[in-house]
Amino acid sequence: MAETVTVELFGSLRRHAEGAATVTVEAATIRDLLEALRDAYPGLAPQISRGVSVSIDGKIYTEAMFQPLSAENEVVLLPRIAGG
Amino acid sequence: MAFDEYDSQNRIFTNVGTRPVRPDGIDKVTGRAMFGADMSAPGMLWGAVLRSPHAHARIRSIDTSKAEALTQVKAVVTRADFNEGASQQDVLDNCMAGEKVLYDGHALAAVAATSRRAAEKALRLIEVDYDVLPHVTDVDAAMKPDAPVIRESGGDESVPDGFSKNVMSMCEFGHGDVEKGFAEADLVMEKSFKTAAAHQGYIEPHACLASLGNDGRGELWVCTQGHFYIRNLCADVVGIDSTQLRVVASEIGGGFGGKTTVFIEPVALALSRKANRPVKIMMTRSEVFRATGPTSSTSMDVKIGMKRDGTITAGLAVNRFQGGAYPGSPVDMGAMCSFACYALENVLSVGYDVVCNRPKQAAYRAPGSPMAAFAVESVIDSLCQELDLDPVEVRLKNASREGTKASYGPRWPQIGLVETLRAAKNHPHYSAPLGPNQGRGLACGFWFNHGGETSVSLALSQDGTVALSVGTPDIGGSRASMCLMAAEELGIPYEKVRATVVDTASLGYNDVSHGSRVTYASGLATIKAARDAKQKLCGRAAKIWGIPEEAVVWEDGMAKPAGHNAGEHDPLPFAELCRSMGQTGGPISGHFEATPEGAGVSFATHLVDAEVDPETGATRVTRYTVCQDAGKAIHPAYVEGQFQGGAAQGIGWALNEEYIYGEDGRLQNAGFLDYRIPVASDLPMIDTEIVEVPNPGHPYGVRGVGETSIVPPLAAIANAVSRAAGVRMTELPMSPPRILKALKDRDG
Repeated sequence: MAETVTVELFGSLRRHAEGAATVTVEAATIRDLLEALRDAYPGLAPQISRGVSVSIDGKIYTEAMFQPLSAENEVVLLPRIAGG
Repeated sequence: MAFDEYDSQNRIFTNVGTRPVRPDGIDKVTGRAMFGADMSAPGMLWGAVLRSPHAHARIRSIDTSKAEALTQVKAVVTRADFNEGASQQDVLDNCMAGEKVLYDGHALAAVAATSRRAAEKALRLIEVDYDVLPHVTDVDAAMKPDAPVIRESGGDESVPDGFSKNVMSMCEFGHGDVEKGFAEADLVMEKSFKTAAAHQGYIEPHACLASLGNDGRGELWVCTQGHFYIRNLCADVVGIDSTQLRVVASEIGGGFGGKTTVFIEPVALALSRKANRPVKIMMTRSEVFRATGPTSSTSMDVKIGMKRDGTITAGLAVNRFQGGAYPGSPVDMGAMCSFACYALENVLSVGYDVVCNRPKQAAYRAPGSPMAAFAVESVIDSLCQELDLDPVEVRLKNASREGTKASYGPRWPQIGLVETLRAAKNHPHYSAPLGPNQGRGLACGFWFNHGGETSVSLALSQDGTVALSVGTPDIGGSRASMCLMAAEELGIPYEKVRATVVDTASLGYNDVSHGSRVTYASGLATIKAARDAKQKLCGRAAKIWGIPEEAVVWEDGMAKPAGHNAGEHDPLPFAELCRSMGQTGGPISGHFEATPEGAGVSFATHLVDAEVDPETGATRVTRYTVCQDAGKAIHPAYVEGQFQGGAAQGIGWALNEEYIYGEDGRLQNAGFLDYRIPVASDLPMIDTEIVEVPNPGHPYGVRGVGETSIVPPLAAIANAVSRAAGVRMTELPMSPPRILKALKDRDG
């Protein structure tokens, strides 16, 4: 069931959302979230295609397309996290 | 409960936390271990790679006819022999140049011959007509509007108008209002920093043995941190199906992030396909320096405001990282890490990814974070000096804690930075007296850590032993840790488990051994695979006893009846159930496949004493202490080894290691004689304090430890040297000439 999720964008993405630090979209999962962001803010699409991670309540998800989201979650969009 | 949640509160471990002998130790010290260059095959040819002597040039033509005419030469390849439709175009171009060579050392042709000497002789017969182009190797110079352009396509949509085409992307993180924060400060300090490119310095050069037929089926023996990943890269670059290539990972003589991609492997495969014989390539040390991936070199500006009581009111960092001739420097990671240790109301960190005529950078433990920490922690230390504040107390006052907002966005879950700071403060090192010309430095560091795709299989044998198959190359002792976790779950001795890094045909996909993920992710998968096997063992016991499966529990390495209706039965030990498994239902294996996402972040605090010789500028690190959060140390000796290794590499990076380019754009010091990594006599005994704040995302609470340990050293050593020398050092490495110059400048 999709809920209204508030997403924090990192600074360099904000100009694609009219300068907003946070945006709201309807989403039930991370996949929904990314699709909704692409639709609502096409300027975010290149970064989403290059790869992003999503922090949900401080836990960073990099691959979990079906991870559930709710209106209560703190959701932050991040560049894709990797390592050495 | 999610599969990756902590479930070991109050658990008393029997195997985990002990320090058994490493299973690969005897092989490595006796020479029995097989590394990348140790494998040979009947009919094998030797490959050699022709590399550009120019930093930037258009290739007008390549004439290979004289090389091909040699009887010992069986194949020559150039870009035309690779898959032009590869999806990883930058990987392809870095392995074999197309229209242009982009750095000194860039590969542009390769030869396979019956001996290494013949292959090298043939390289000298290849005639290349270059149109030499202007070049740039410095990050600040590359950002200037009139800099030579390396990639005409320029940067992506994130780059604001007006920047050089060499700026590939821009990123920005933060919250609040930094100008307001600076206005609230009692002291605002701004400094600029530079760090040189450093190489991971792994002792084993890249090496591989490839065999690929014209039918597209092949085998690759290779020294790598990720054989599944490089299987896919190689298949893409040479144009075959990934599962038709079976890749076997050799033992690895160091990687540190530098062996997470391909350089010679697709070349060896292309040569083998053309010659229809196996081909071995071994890089020379010079090739490793010139053509594999060092770190980014960087240029950074940091501005921090602080109140007299040590409260940080605002932090601003501008990070410029060059990543070689291709986009992808870790500046985004660096920018996210800049202020990660501190809970700030006003913070902004900006990053620019810049291309230069240098080899494509590769990951090096916590890519991007050590440089960013160097700049930020240096300014914090300067502020502490100016305001006469204790460096630990200032950091404790501002430290990120559970529930505070990270500078890059999320609120922190359970983390252990404060605990590492307290460990440092309580360590005898912190209050020990200093001698003449000595200074003490302290710095904190952060790294995210990573989960990644993971598959593990655990097969029981009739004699009560366990064959554990993992797909993550063992770059830091992970096989011992996996055996400990399997033994812990099954309730059997550590010696009864053997862990093997198996080939790509034997398991599902496994992400690279990077991101400090192996003990976390493969460890989690091992625990889950063992639990899967335990459940099957309980099922067999239930069958034997004729009771429901739910009425059987696993305790102390035995199946036991439990509950009111289970009846009286003697416990069935692990070995007994293994012995009869053929008759009770067939072979038993546990397995687990998933992408764990609960990798817990890790923080560290390092303490360093350094002594500077004012006459020569030489620096000696006299005492070093690492305090780091490991979540739960599975094999404490390996955890300590990771801490010490990060510190040792950090000492080299801080004091001596440096890629030096000449005016001609050629690397001047492509060897260990001129590129000075620390040796044992350069290092003090590195003391360690393992802090254990459990990671909520791992059954035992494990956090990765392989990367965070290299984050604080650059800053901690710079703070120690700056205090010892009485002058703030802002450029790495702090080699004797740089320190002498700084001392001269200080004295006017």
